[in-house]
Amino acid sequence: MGPDYDFTDTPVSTGTTIMAVEFDGGVVIGADSRTSSGAYVANRVTDKLTQISDKIYCCRSGSAADTQAIADIVAYSLNYHRNQTNKEPLVWEAASEFRNYCYNYRDSLLAGIIVAGWDEERGGQVYSVPLGGMLTHEACTIGGSGSSFIYGFVREHYREGMPKEECVDFVKKAVQHAIFHDGSSGGVVRIGIITKDGIERRLFYNTESGESTIVGSESFVN
Amino acid sequence: MYMDSARDVPSGGFNFDNCRRNAALLQGGFKPPTTTKTGTTIVGIIYKDGVILGADTRATEGPIVSDKNCAKIHYLADNIYCCGAGTAADTETTTDLISSQLELHRLNTERQVPVVCANNMLKQMLFRYQGHISAALVLGGVDKYGPHIYCIHPHGSADKLPYATMGSGSLAAMAVFESRWKPDLSEEEGKVLVRDAIASGIFNDLGSGSNVDLCVIRKDSTEYLRNYELANKKGERQLNYSFKKGSTPILHTTIKDLQITERVHVVPMEIS
Repeated sequence: MGPDYDFTDTPVSTGTTIMAVEFDGGVVIGADSRTSSGAYVANRVTDKLTQISDKIYCCRSGSAADTQAIADIVAYSLNYHRNQTNKEPLVWEAASEFRNYCYNYRDSLLAGIIVAGWDEERGGQVYSVPLGGMLTHEACTIGGSGSSFIYGFVREHYREGMPKEECVDFVKKAVQHAIFHDGSSGGVVRIGIITKDGIERRLFYNTESGESTIVGSESFVN
Repeated sequence: MYMDSARDVPSGGFNFDNCRRNAALLQGGFKPPTTTKTGTTIVGIIYKDGVILGADTRATEGPIVSDKNCAKIHYLADNIYCCGAGTAADTETTTDLISSQLELHRLNTERQVPVVCANNMLKQMLFRYQGHISAALVLGGVDKYGPHIYCIHPHGSADKLPYATMGSGSLAAMAVFESRWKPDLSEEEGKVLVRDAIASGIFNDLGSGSNVDLCVIRKDSTEYLRNYELANKKGERQLNYSFKKGSTPILHTTIKDLQITERVHVVPMEIS
């Protein structure tokens, strides 16, 4: 009866490419925009760069439901602590909170998260919380299914102490390569630059001209 | 004594008492009864002044159409409606439960509830049940922040989109939106687009069928257009197709007498 494709039994997951790089004064985060459910693209304009606090963001990969739920809980908890202590949360505190959930519920979760942001104490920082719930501090990290295609690119082209615009270009190129080779990554490249002044968002279409193919579509892709 | 009666009061909501028993029955080769799944086409779009939701009206139980004209657009609040696909019982129960919580929330806060609130309640509930509640929803509404469409999957993930489709007919309907949706459609253009998307599901997807339901939500009014279009009207019978008397020849006739016997037992009346 009907197509054997039952959407209710196929979990939605972000077959993803995500990335974050530290630079002097902040971090650059990047992601593709595809969310798939089996062979179907459930959302082609997804925003996987999720806000946790004013200057802390996370890049989500794995099950969409799991990562959204954890991000919502951590965002709530950090907001609560900010109101109680009158201090902006530290990136390390956010990452640690993510680690606690990912580790304690490691048997029932499918979540690979990169936590990145800027704080008064240590400036721009990138933390990686991969599948088992480990927490590591990295200057440059990649994640998601598409990341396996760009380990070579990142190893070849990453240099310590790259200036901001060079980092943006590096992240953009890396994610574009991953999108090209990985079937479950696609859409546009979303980039966020987090500094002491907050976040600056950029968007790159994967067209020949670099422009959108649909007139007036910026209103919902942004 | 007092405690005994309190224990018998049934609690509302989902009940998992029989889960272990059912698992054991399943292991023994028992075929469970099928649930009414709405192999569905549901959609929602944002247009210039609000949102338009759409749904087909077919409900199925395996290969059987169990309801030819069911309503899949559920009420959540005056400014928020929600289309449901998946197991009919789950979408119905889930939307009813959230609708009740939203009304209490409105009474508590003395404000019109925002659409994000409904989205959060729905996704948090579906996540808590880890995908066991088969409800795939298209949530739509208008609040003081503007029009919103959310697409909520059974495992509890939600996407905020300008146009969304769900159910087995989602591919057919999405094809229509991907080619024709644009920002700031007029209400008439929007209704036609949503009708066409649902019709595409009705005609191209086996799980969807019958009629088109629409729901238009504007800044401060809502219009529920039940059976906006009857896409599948039954044709009128042109002639009388029954056979005339005598069309079948009688080959032979036998008449048998039946003997009827009746026996009456007299039972004396009981006297105390």
